[in-house]
Parts: sequence; structure tokens; C-alpha cells
Amino acid sequence: MLTVKNLVKDYVTGPRFSAQRRTVQALKGVSLNVARGESFGIVGESGSGKTTLSRCILRLEPATSGRIVYDGIDVTALSGAGLRELRARIQIVFQDPYASLNPRMTVHDIVAEPMLIHFTKLGLDAAQRTARVRELLDVVGLGAEHLYRYPHEFSGGQRQRVGIARALAPKPEFLILDEPTSALDVSVQAQVLNLLHDLQRGFGLTYLFISHDLGVIRYICDRVALLYAGQIVEEGRTAEVFDAPRSDYARMLLAALPEPDPDLSPYRAAS
Amino acid sequence: MALLEISGLELAMRSYAGETRVLNGIDLAIDRGEVWGVVGETGSGKSLTGLSVSRLVPCPPGRYLGGSIRFDGFDVLSASPAQMRQLRGTKIGMIFQDPTTNLNPAFRIGEQLQDVALRAGVIAPEILGLEAGASRRARRHAARALALAMLDKVGIPDPASRIDDYPHQFSGGMRQRVLIAMALIGRPELLIADEPTTALDVSVQAQILRLLYGLVRERNLAVMFITHNLGVVAQICSYVAVMYGGRILETGPVRQIFKQPQHRYTRALLAAVPRRDTKRGELAGIAGSLMAAGSGPC
Repeated sequence: MLTVKNLVKDYVTGPRFSAQRRTVQALKGVSLNVARGESFGIVGESGSGKTTLSRCILRLEPATSGRIVYDGIDVTALSGAGLRELRARIQIVFQDPYASLNPRMTVHDIVAEPMLIHFTKLGLDAAQRTARVRELLDVVGLGAEHLYRYPHEFSGGQRQRVGIARALAPKPEFLILDEPTSALDVSVQAQVLNLLHDLQRGFGLTYLFISHDLGVIRYICDRVALLYAGQIVEEGRTAEVFDAPRSDYARMLLAALPEPDPDLSPYRAAS
Repeated sequence: MALLEISGLELAMRSYAGETRVLNGIDLAIDRGEVWGVVGETGSGKSLTGLSVSRLVPCPPGRYLGGSIRFDGFDVLSASPAQMRQLRGTKIGMIFQDPTTNLNPAFRIGEQLQDVALRAGVIAPEILGLEAGASRRARRHAARALALAMLDKVGIPDPASRIDDYPHQFSGGMRQRVLIAMALIGRPELLIADEPTTALDVSVQAQILRLLYGLVRERNLAVMFITHNLGVVAQICSYVAVMYGGRILETGPVRQIFKQPQHRYTRALLAAVPRRDTKRGELAGIAGSLMAAGSGPC
């Protein structure tokens, strides 16, 4: 469904015309395939380029070179109306539910905004939009009483639900989840992960799940790619990567994953 | 008697909505060589418990309603600000979550460490290895040497060339190492680590945990490790206290808490962590987790 081929993204930093001006290669030829209906995980440490990759797929950043093909459409060549059409099909849930919701808009307006932007696809009038907002809030486990509240009145988990409802508003088929649970408590994280799992089964969504939390990736993803310094170092079915990692980096990362079992502690074992 | 004894601690916080009880009778005893994991969700009071020990809860809006905190027999709650300053940095060390905001960006790493060393040297001259009446110049030299030794101890490669760097030249993991060095410079007996690895990558987290574990064994430190990451607790802690709504629901040795949790909230919390063998859709969320402080799950 989504094919990324040799994607390169350069950032140029430093003052213009100065000797300190440098090119930083955030993505060094990344290639991957995501099939319809699967959850594809991207794991990487901070600075590995995982967020840059998601921004390139949505064309929030222009790619330096390489191709991104979504359902036969060349994303890198799109502009204007074509791009808007694409963004109705691919939506994103951001990491920080505190920063990604406009504090001056009600939940109703936040969730309805994508329906206004994608009016040509959905064609909903004001009353229909409100009805759909109610429906979406219900889907993510919020009630009608939350409709006209502001983001600050919600907890982190509830805000992330609003973010998910907003992403579902234009009826996308593909969701990019950029660390959707890293700002949340474990108990709330479990709720959000279960919600995402139910949504995928209910709507047949495809997920690109970006995270640095290996435990979460192992739980939710069918296939996984490890990104290190802008390159994919290992890719495969989740169970295979976790049980029999081939690269040194994967082995190191898995060894560092703290298992919630006191008998598996590498520190106590050494003593 | 344990090194740190908290008994029946009650704290209230004032806000526009009135006074809310945020700690409802905390009982906890930590002895030397023990690593206590204090776990709980946001708003459970785990950070306030840690801050209370070093009396860093601003009062007002905070107000202690009852209970006591005894550190090595010394009554912390009735101590004067001057007495607390003596305690912090020399007897009680602290590490906080965000290594970026806890270092001053305008001063060199070495200077910030030296300042802590000099202050510790005023209270306990033996830390600098000098006589009480040593000259200022000698003290500065000793403080710098100590800063260098501490950077080496926490595993900063080539500390002599990095000591005059600014914080922005260090990575997140290295900054957290600097903060650990800073917390340990006064040779504390108790270390309060409030989410020390939450902002770090797993590989860096593993390095920091290894470092902490080594220091505990080497110096017989008592550690209060405040975190919401149950994986980290399972790996490094010897005892666990589970907090919810300003109460401690369950305490015990780490194996007992993880293998035979008694309280149903502890069981629910453990069930919310994805494990190696958790099937998709099996993870259990906690429905009542949005309860305000003061109301318990039971």
C-alpha cells in the first residue's frame, strides 16, 4: 500500500554563506513497504530519523530524493488539491497530546476541522459534522458531554483520544502514529493501545507505528523496522526480530529493554 | 532503625478550588543499601513524597497536616531552612527527570560541579580532602580535581577535555551522568531519583541503570527510585511501594510484588504493561485511573 524507496532527507544548518554551514543527512536511503491492513512499526532512538520519515510521507517536509508511492500515487510529485486528497487518506496522531490540540478550540471544533478542510471528499454540512463528531467521540470512548469542552479540561489519555478522533474524522485508511503513548501512564497507554487495536479491526486501518518503546511495538505491530542514524538496520516480522535479532544494533536494543520481571534483571544477575 | 523513616505523612495542597489532600498517611522506611522503587501513575503523590524528604515542597501552597519524616534520627519536618541546606547535597542527593533543564546553560559543566563541591566542602571539609582552614585557592583546586574525578566515575569519556564544555555540548545521557555526579559529590547516604531515566532512550537508560546499580553496591547507598516504568523497577529495585491517590497501597520485596501482588490495583498495573507473551488485544487498561487525588480505588 505504501512504498518508500531510497528516501533521502537532508537538512542544511548554520548561517548562510558561512563556513559553519553543513548538511545533515537525517534519512540516508530508507526503503520500506507497508501492506494494507497491517501494523508496521518503526523503532529508533532519538535522532534516528523516525519522525522525519513520517513527516516526509505526509509531505509536511519535502524529500531530498527518493520516491514515496501511496496506493499507486507518487506522493513526492503531488501538489495542491492532489496533496489535500492524499492527506484525507493518510492521517497522523502526534506524540504530545498537550501540544497538538489548539487550546482555544473546543473538542467539537478540533474534531470537525478536518471535515471542513476535506469538505470536497466528505461533503458534510454543519449539522452532519456535529453528528459525526458525536459518533467519533463515541468510537474513541468519550461522551457527548465532552463536546464543548476545551483541551485543558482533559487528562492526557483523554486528549490523545481527541487526537485520534480528529485523525479519524476525514475517514482515512492509513494512520501514522508518532509515539502516541509515550507521554501517557502505563494504565492509560494500555487503554489507548487497546482502542487502536479495536479501531484497526473495526475500520480495517493500516498503521505506521513510530515508537522508541520496544515493548509497545512488540505488542501492537505485525512487522517492524529498526532505524538507526537514518538507515534501516533490520526489518522483519515482529516475532522474528524480537526472538532472533540479526544485527548487533537490534541485539543491543533488545538487551536494554527492561522486562517487567525481577528474575530477568541483568544487574542483579551480575552481582 | 532505618536511615529514612516516613510515618503517617499527610500533605495538603491549596488551590483555587480549596485545599486537597495529596498525601494521605505515607509510611515508608528505607535503609542503607536498599533500592526502593516508588511506583504510581501521574498524580499519585510519588514525586511529592520524594520532594517532602528533602523539604522541597513549597509551603504554602503545601501544608503538612501530620506525620513525621526522620532521616538518620533527625526530624526533617521541623528542621530550619539552614539545617535543610546542610542536609541537601551532603546527606541527601537528588536527581530529577529532565537533564536539560536542571543544568544552567550559561555555565560550564566543571564550574557547576565545582560549586557543589565547594559548598559540600564548607559543610564537610573532608570531602575535598583538605584541612578546615585551607586557602580559597587550595579549595578551588581540590574542588576541580573532585569534579574531574566524579565525571570519570560516572563514565564520561576523557573528562579532562570535557570538563570545560557547556551543557549543550553534552548529549542527554551525558547530562544525566553529570547530574548523578553532582548528586553524589557530597557523598550522600540517601539518593532520591525522581524519574531519572524517563527522558532517555532505552540504550542510554540501561547505561544509567548500570551506573546507579554499581554505585549502590559500592557506597551502600539508600535509593528512593521514583518512576512509573515498572520494567525499570523490576530490574533495579530491591523493594517496591505502589502508590495511588496519595496512599501507599502495597509494599514488599520486588519479587513478591511482581510475582504475587496482593492488591488488585497492583495486579491491574502489572497487567497494563505489555510483556513478551502478551497477545494483541489482551492488554488490560485501568478504568478508574482518572480519579482525582484523595479518592482511592478501594
